[in-house]
Amino acid sequence: MTDVVKMVHGAGGQAMQQLIKNYILRHLAWGDVDVPLKMLDDSGVANGIILKSDSYTVKPLFFPGGDIGRLAVSGTVNDILMVGGKPLALALGLIIEEGFPFKDLDRILGSISNTAKEADVPVITGDTKVVERGALDKLVLNMSGIGVRHPKLDHNIEVIKNFRKDFSSKWLLDCNIKPGDKIILSGYIGDHTIALLSVREGVNFKVDVESDVAPLVEPMDRALSVGGVVAAKDPTRGGLANLLNEWAEKSNVGIKIYEERIPIRDSVRNACEYLGLDPLELGNEGKVVLAVIDELAEDVLKALRATELGKNAEIIGEATNEHNYVVMETVIGGLRVIPPPIGDPVPRIC
Amino acid sequence: MARELSLNDIVKMYRDPQLAKKLVKAIHAEASKLDHTLIMHVCGTHEWTITHYGIRSLLPDNIELRAGPGCPVCITPASDIDSIVKLALEENITITVYGDMSRAKGGEGISLEDARSLGADIRIVYSIQDAVKLANQERNRKFVFFGVGFDTTAPATAYMILKGIPENLTILSSYRYVPPAVGALLKAPDLAVDAIINPGHSSTVTGMKPYKKYFDVSKKPMVFSGFEPIDVLISILMILKQLISNCPKMENEYKRSVTWEGNVKAMNTIFKVFDLVEGYWRGFGIVEGSAFVFKDKFSDIDARIVYGLGEPKSSSEFVRNAKCGDVIKGKIDPVECPLYMKECTPDTPKGPPMVSVEGTCRIWAEHKVTAIFKCRI
Amino acid sequence: MCLGYPGKIIEIKGDYAKVDFGGGVVKDNIIISLVDAKVGDYVIVHAGYAIQVLDEEEAKKVIETWKEYLENIELVR
Repeated sequence: MTDVVKMVHGAGGQAMQQLIKNYILRHLAWGDVDVPLKMLDDSGVANGIILKSDSYTVKPLFFPGGDIGRLAVSGTVNDILMVGGKPLALALGLIIEEGFPFKDLDRILGSISNTAKEADVPVITGDTKVVERGALDKLVLNMSGIGVRHPKLDHNIEVIKNFRKDFSSKWLLDCNIKPGDKIILSGYIGDHTIALLSVREGVNFKVDVESDVAPLVEPMDRALSVGGVVAAKDPTRGGLANLLNEWAEKSNVGIKIYEERIPIRDSVRNACEYLGLDPLELGNEGKVVLAVIDELAEDVLKALRATELGKNAEIIGEATNEHNYVVMETVIGGLRVIPPPIGDPVPRIC
Repeated sequence: MARELSLNDIVKMYRDPQLAKKLVKAIHAEASKLDHTLIMHVCGTHEWTITHYGIRSLLPDNIELRAGPGCPVCITPASDIDSIVKLALEENITITVYGDMSRAKGGEGISLEDARSLGADIRIVYSIQDAVKLANQERNRKFVFFGVGFDTTAPATAYMILKGIPENLTILSSYRYVPPAVGALLKAPDLAVDAIINPGHSSTVTGMKPYKKYFDVSKKPMVFSGFEPIDVLISILMILKQLISNCPKMENEYKRSVTWEGNVKAMNTIFKVFDLVEGYWRGFGIVEGSAFVFKDKFSDIDARIVYGLGEPKSSSEFVRNAKCGDVIKGKIDPVECPLYMKECTPDTPKGPPMVSVEGTCRIWAEHKVTAIFKCRI
Repeated sequence: MCLGYPGKIIEIKGDYAKVDFGGGVVKDNIIISLVDAKVGDYVIVHAGYAIQVLDEEEAKKVIETWKEYLENIELVR
C-alpha cells in the first residue's frame, strides 16, 4: 500500500478493499451481532435492527435524472433493502461550504423530501455544519438509515428452504449463493455514470441518458413476495463487475454471465466505446442484482418485469462450481474472465 | 441524406452471434485438416478484439494466434525516450506527448511521467492539433511534440507541418512504417510464422500494395482484417482455406476500408515531409526502410537536429528478467514472462508492453488472462 | 496504433469536419483534407483526422458473401 490516501482508495474496487481490510477492519472488526462489519455486506444488523451509513460526494450536485438529494435517499434506502430489510427512518447530516446558494440547498432538500416520500421513509433527525470557503467542494452529505426485517423476508426464506433444506441464513447476504443459482439484473446498466459524465467539465459529449437513481422498494417487495431470493445487491461503485466478483469471493463460487443478455442502451454502449470505458464497471443507482434459486428464477423475473423500475429485467447468468472466476460468454460465444476492477474508472459518482 | 445502413447497423452485423457460431464451426472443420498453425498479427487493436471477445477460447487447439510488434509505444526506442526526458529536465522544454507514451521508461529507467514529478513540464495531448494549440497559446515556451505512431498517425503530423506549425514547436519523429516490419516477421527464423493478419487501419492508409514484395518472397497467406470480431473470424477462415488449398495470396477482408492503393493523399502527404531510413524497433531490432525521418528542408522543425539528439540506438532495453523483447517480437505470450502479473501489473508496470493500452501484456492483464477457457463446439 | 473510430460527417468547414461518433460523442476539429468526403459520409477517424471513407456497400457484401458460403457448406455436410 502507498502511505497516503489516493482517489483510487474511494473508488469502490480492489484498492478500496485494501483500505477497508488493512485499516478499517483492523480497528473495528469486533462485535458479536447478527451481521457484523467484517462481513462487509450492504448493511449491518444488530438485534434485528438494520443500520446503514452512507456519505455522498457526487459531482456535479445536479445531473440529468436527479441530484445529490435523490441519490442520498435512494442509496441508503437501497442498502437497507439489499440485506432483506424494510427501511424505517433516515438521518441526514449536511456539510455545507460557505457561499453555497440557499436556492440550491432548497432544491436538494426538496429532492430529499420527494424521494423519501416515494420510499415511504421519513427523515427523523439530522445535523448541519458549515465550513469555510475552500474547505470542501460545495456540499457533501451523510444519509444514515435504520430498518427492520422486511415483512416478506420470512416467506422468502421459507420458499428457499422448500428446495434447499440446509439454508440457514436469516438475511440476504453476499455469502448465500450456491452453484446453480440464477443471476437476475433489473435493467439497463451504465446510465447513471454516463449521465454524470455528460455534464462534467472537460468531457465533450451530449447524450439522451438520465441517471437511473431511484429507491428500489417496489422491485424488492415483489421479488420477496415470490420468494427464493438468496442475495441482493445494487451495482454502484465498480458496477456489475465489482458486484459479481464480491459475490464469487464471499460465496466461494464461480459465476458465468452472458454478454448478449445484459441490458445496455446503444447510446451508453457507444459513449463507453469512444471514452474507453467498460459498461460492466460503471456505477448504477437504481438497479438491483438478485441471486435466486433456479426453481424460482422465472417467477421472480416475471414479478420484477411487472414493476416500473424492473421492466427491463433479465436473467443474465448463473453461479457455478466449475471454477472460481467471474466469466463472461461474449457476444460471439467466446469466453473471458471479468476481473474485479481496480476502482470505478470514473470518480465521485455517488 | 438518409442512409440505408446506420453505423450501429454495421457494427451489429460484424458482431452477429449467429454468424460467429457458423464461422467458428467452419474454422474447426478446416483446422482439422491442418497441423499446428501459427497466425501472427501486428496490431494492438487486433489483440484487444481477440482478447476482449474471447476469440482464442473458440479456436481449435492447433490454431495459435499471436501478437507481433503492433504497439507503437512498445517499439519506440528507449534512447529516444532518454533524449526527450533529458530535454525536459535539463533544457526546460515543454514536452507534449500521448498519455501512455508518457509512462514508458527509457533505457535510463525514467519516463516522462517520472520527469514530471521531478519538475519537468509535460503535457498530455490526444493529437498533434492539441500540441499546436498549446504552442500557439504559450509563445514564450519551447515545445517538443513526441511523434510516436505508425503510418496511420504520421499523415496527421505531416499535414500540420505542411500547413505550418508555430516556431516554438519542434517534433521528435519516432514514427515507423509497418510493411517492412511484417516482412521481417515473415523472415524471422525463430518465429516460424505460417500466416499474417495485416493491420486494418495502417493498411487503410498504406494500401495493400507495399506488402506485395514481402508476400512474393515469403509466399505465406496474408489477410488484411478489420477490427470487429466477425472480421477476425472471417480472416482466420480465409487463412485456413488458403493453407489447405496450398494457394497463398494477399486477401482483403476489410474491404469497407482497405484498398489496393490505400489513401493516396495521406501517403503523398507523408512523403512530402518524411523520408524512410533504416529504423530501430525496441525489442524487435533493426528493420530496413522503416523509420520516418524529416526531409532536409524541414530540419528546423526536426527536434533531433535542433537539439542535437542523435539517431535512436539500441541500449540495455528492459529491466532484468523481463521478457518484454520476446513479447514485442511475438516469440512468447505474456504468461511466459516470469514477471507477468507478479511484479509487473498495470499498476506497477515493468516494461512498455504493460504500460501501453495497445501492449499485449496490458491487454492480457486487464482481461485477467492467465487461464484460457475452452468452449466445447 | 490502429485505434480508429467510424463516425458520420455532419458538417464541413474548410479543412475540418464535425463528426458524430454515436452515443452523443461529437468532435469538431477532425482534419478532413486527406479523404474525399462529403457531409453524410461515414469516415474512419484516427489521431484527429479522417483516414478513409467507409464503404457501406462493401461492408454488406462481405457479410453476404460469407453467409452464403457458410450456408452452402452446411448443405454439403
